[in-house]
Amino acid sequence: MSPTPRIRKIGILLFWAAVWQIASLLIDNSILFVGPYPVLCAFRNLLPTPGFWLSVGSSFGKISLGFLAAFFCGLTAGSLAHRFALLREFLEPVIRLMKSVPVASFVILALIWIGSENLAVFISFLVVFPVLYVNTIAGLESTDPKLLEMAQVFSVTPAGRVRCIYLPALLPYLTSGCRIALGMSWKSGVAAEVIGVPAHTIGENLYMAKIYLSTADLLAWTIVIILVSSLFEKLFLLLLEKGVKLCFRFSW
Amino acid sequence: MLPFQLVIRNLSKSYGNLPVWDGLNLTLDSGHTYCLMGASGIGKTTLFRILLGLEQPESGSFSLEPSPGCGLTAVFQEDRLCEAFTPVDNVKLAAGNTLSRRQIAGELCRLLPRESLHRPVSTLSGGMKRRVAIARALLAPSCGILMDEPFTGLDEQTRHLVIHYVKEKANGRLLVVATHQEEDIEALGGILICPFPMKKM
Repeated sequence: MSPTPRIRKIGILLFWAAVWQIASLLIDNSILFVGPYPVLCAFRNLLPTPGFWLSVGSSFGKISLGFLAAFFCGLTAGSLAHRFALLREFLEPVIRLMKSVPVASFVILALIWIGSENLAVFISFLVVFPVLYVNTIAGLESTDPKLLEMAQVFSVTPAGRVRCIYLPALLPYLTSGCRIALGMSWKSGVAAEVIGVPAHTIGENLYMAKIYLSTADLLAWTIVIILVSSLFEKLFLLLLEKGVKLCFRFSW
Repeated sequence: MLPFQLVIRNLSKSYGNLPVWDGLNLTLDSGHTYCLMGASGIGKTTLFRILLGLEQPESGSFSLEPSPGCGLTAVFQEDRLCEAFTPVDNVKLAAGNTLSRRQIAGELCRLLPRESLHRPVSTLSGGMKRRVAIARALLAPSCGILMDEPFTGLDEQTRHLVIHYVKEKANGRLLVVATHQEEDIEALGGILICPFPMKKM
């Protein structure tokens, strides 16, 4: 990025921070509307406490685990459903159900079934799986039939077909699916934690902020969630891209 | 490879009520180049698709006699390359274990600039892609090659280069080239065939 747009971007951010600060001064109520400075202070106070890192690590681990499991299951189930039409018909109502049932209902069901400890794993899985499943099928369906005919004529091996025909068709769908699913997994995972209040999690801290009416803490934790989730998103998409590139370059 | 014949017996094909052709008979000898001519829409591509096993004929049959134990490959009307991969990758995909990457690069060098061999096909010009498709068909193991208007989009000089390469690589195999240009027949040393029977009205 050249310096001019960067300076402009920072300027715009500072402008909105100033608007935020002025609004908080005018309203003058730290519960109703907290200014940026107290939020920054709350954020700074959180950083050195061991409980903070424990909560971030625990929620990060659980939500990521749910996401990764859903990523691989969605990819596998989507590929199989693309290959076997009957399986696809069988899974259709299940996927529909997963997509339409509100997260809150699932959270309460999960609390009854598995308790609160691994709630975020379950919910993150449940939200991500249908997105990956649907995108995998759409990607595989976008495969060029002319290339498949080519593969038939030249007796291309199954591995060659996957690498050179299916994978390139799947990739754009997979990337956009992951982008959507990553954001969703964090939002729903944390929401589930707020409802279930498992110990040492980000959700528990948000819940405490609610109990104590500490808006500054609420916003500080929100900043943490945004930072951690975008970090995870960047990291995962980078790994995905690297993995696929490695697969493309691999000489066989 | 022992000499063989491609024998087509009484082949018919139609789309719905529209007959493409009816009762096509043809015998082609390996080691020769045949140039298939005929107006657009007469069914050259359809005949190739049937011979490649991509479509079923209405009636009739075809076979390689005596069976040489290998099949036919093709240059399609479109390039049909894997765009994200290099020319070497694309040929390797079709050639399998019969050729090493080094051998493939050596062959492709004769048709394409060296610097283009390890770039994704999507970055190549139309004429370069065409040459990759032609090289792929010739370098893949086969007993015969069907080429559907293979030289479209190639300039005069490249066309000569490619035709020379095709003649060298055909090497006892059966070569059938669908073309509109009469000069291709001469350059290829091909036998002109117009096998399509008149449509029954």
